Amino acid sequence: MTTAGLVALHRRRRLTDRVMTVVMVIAAVAAVTPLVLIMFHVLTHGMGALSLSLLTEDPNPPGRPGGGVRNAIAGSMLMVGMAMAIGTPIAIGCGIFLSEFGQNRAGMVLRFLVDVLAGLPSITIGLFIYSLVVLPNKRFTAIAGALALAVILIPVVARITEEMLLLVPRSLREAAFALGAPRWRTVLTVVVPTALPGIVTGLMLALSRIAGEAAPLLFTSLGNQFFSTDPLQAIDSLPTRIYTYASGPFDYWHEQAWAMSLLLVVFILMVSVIVRALVGTKVTVRQ
Amino acid sequence: MTESASPAAVDERSSFDFSPTRTVASPVGVNNAEAKRVALRAEHISAWYGQKLAVSDVTLDIDAHSVTALIGPSGCGKSTLLRCLNRMHEVTPKGRVQGRVILEGEDIYGPGSDPTRVRQRIGMVFQKPNPFPTMSIEENVAAGLRFMNMRSKSEIADRVEASLKAAALWDEVKNDLKKPGMALSGGQQQRLCIARAIAVEPEVVLMDEPCSALDPLATLKVEDLMRTLAVKYTIVIVTHNMQQAARVSDRTAFMLAGEGGYGELIEYLPTDELFTNPQDQRTEDYITGRFG
Repeated sequence: MTTAGLVALHRRRRLTDRVMTVVMVIAAVAAVTPLVLIMFHVLTHGMGALSLSLLTEDPNPPGRPGGGVRNAIAGSMLMVGMAMAIGTPIAIGCGIFLSEFGQNRAGMVLRFLVDVLAGLPSITIGLFIYSLVVLPNKRFTAIAGALALAVILIPVVARITEEMLLLVPRSLREAAFALGAPRWRTVLTVVVPTALPGIVTGLMLALSRIAGEAAPLLFTSLGNQFFSTDPLQAIDSLPTRIYTYASGPFDYWHEQAWAMSLLLVVFILMVSVIVRALVGTKVTVRQ
Repeated sequence: MTESASPAAVDERSSFDFSPTRTVASPVGVNNAEAKRVALRAEHISAWYGQKLAVSDVTLDIDAHSVTALIGPSGCGKSTLLRCLNRMHEVTPKGRVQGRVILEGEDIYGPGSDPTRVRQRIGMVFQKPNPFPTMSIEENVAAGLRFMNMRSKSEIADRVEASLKAAALWDEVKNDLKKPGMALSGGQQQRLCIARAIAVEPEVVLMDEPCSALDPLATLKVEDLMRTLAVKYTIVIVTHNMQQAARVSDRTAFMLAGEGGYGELIEYLPTDELFTNPQDQRTEDYITGRFG
């Protein structure tokens, strides 16, 4: 190739490089723009109605401004807590099975089913729990809501757990085997602790997902005008109350809906930061 | 081959005893008649990965309290053979073994033999240092003891100290026992792994190219350590470094993969003989650098 040809080639390559870089930057900015807009929107709209009474009072009768959403906050915490308590052990157990004992036909089938479950619309899961739990008992309950949330959580956490465990290098498992550790012991004392930060990240991801779910709660925990912590009664939750208020006729409802959205975002952010900090420090100290 | 063949200072396996006078005893080739006891005997070992034969029909005796080296070019099956000696090969996906390995008169592949127990008696050190990343130095060394369900804290602490001393690491880490094992340098990590392997008091320690990820200085330390450890343990080392085999081992086995692609034992002799007077043309070609 001539020198002139080489120069032209070089120039074309530089141009392509520039163009592609710009395209990537635009894509990256486009990806985070909604996040920034949402945060900005939620903050500006939500701050107005945010007050101590929003956290400590229960809703006023419809149409009378003021009051709070204490019942919804408590209900969400209770149901998300129960869902995590029910779902986490099952999900992590399932993830361990998939990664450590699932490199066979049974594992492939289970993995497929878990993926299908993860892909089900959350409202379908709500309907499923409705027909399985709510109808036979003839009542909406907090437990039914928690169960629906747990069913959403399980496939997400199970697959992330599996992925994280598979990232643990073979050499560590072999080191444990070579010391005479049986397989289950290797998994529990070496593999899972090594993958723990990743598993916790997965849990946090699932937590933020289920904390914001309204659809599966509509037919299960229903919602409740009053404060309740009884797992066997209908219970309120932030997403369902946001849904009610946002689509309702009163201006103060709309404001409170924004404030609740802000609460939800802040709550998820806080839990996520705290838990990751805890796991993070533990790992850096012991790693 | 420079190792002299003077009598060894140790005549039997004592109970757990790492007293400095014993472990620092001059590293020597253990050639006296008493120590010539066979620690491990591989009989007609063949190993497969799925359908692929990797090691074919190897039979060899490994002397107690000595260092035995397995050498040969890449792909000759020496690591696979090593992993057959403590039932680690069957841990690899699709790994399969045929033959017998006799430890103290019993076949480790025999019915009723428990692979976890076998691996406690025949420890292993790997090519890349692999301390457990979530554990401190102390916890790493104690890991095998915990797997054995040892509970006594003082006993564990004693064993940790003794093992770290035996692995020539104690002086470097005695003030940092709580620090993560991953914080150590590569050479220190490998000695930590050796300490971890000997903490459970195995009879045999298998080392799979233990120095290939280390710098020359760290390599020297680990080699010294092998000689010292051979007083108390039986060491089998895989290496593709012939000088290393010549420096540290008492006997050397040369393996080679022929046309069939599977590894065979070509020659197994005292190290000085193998390197000065090989009986097989292929061994001579290899050690004189004509291939491999």
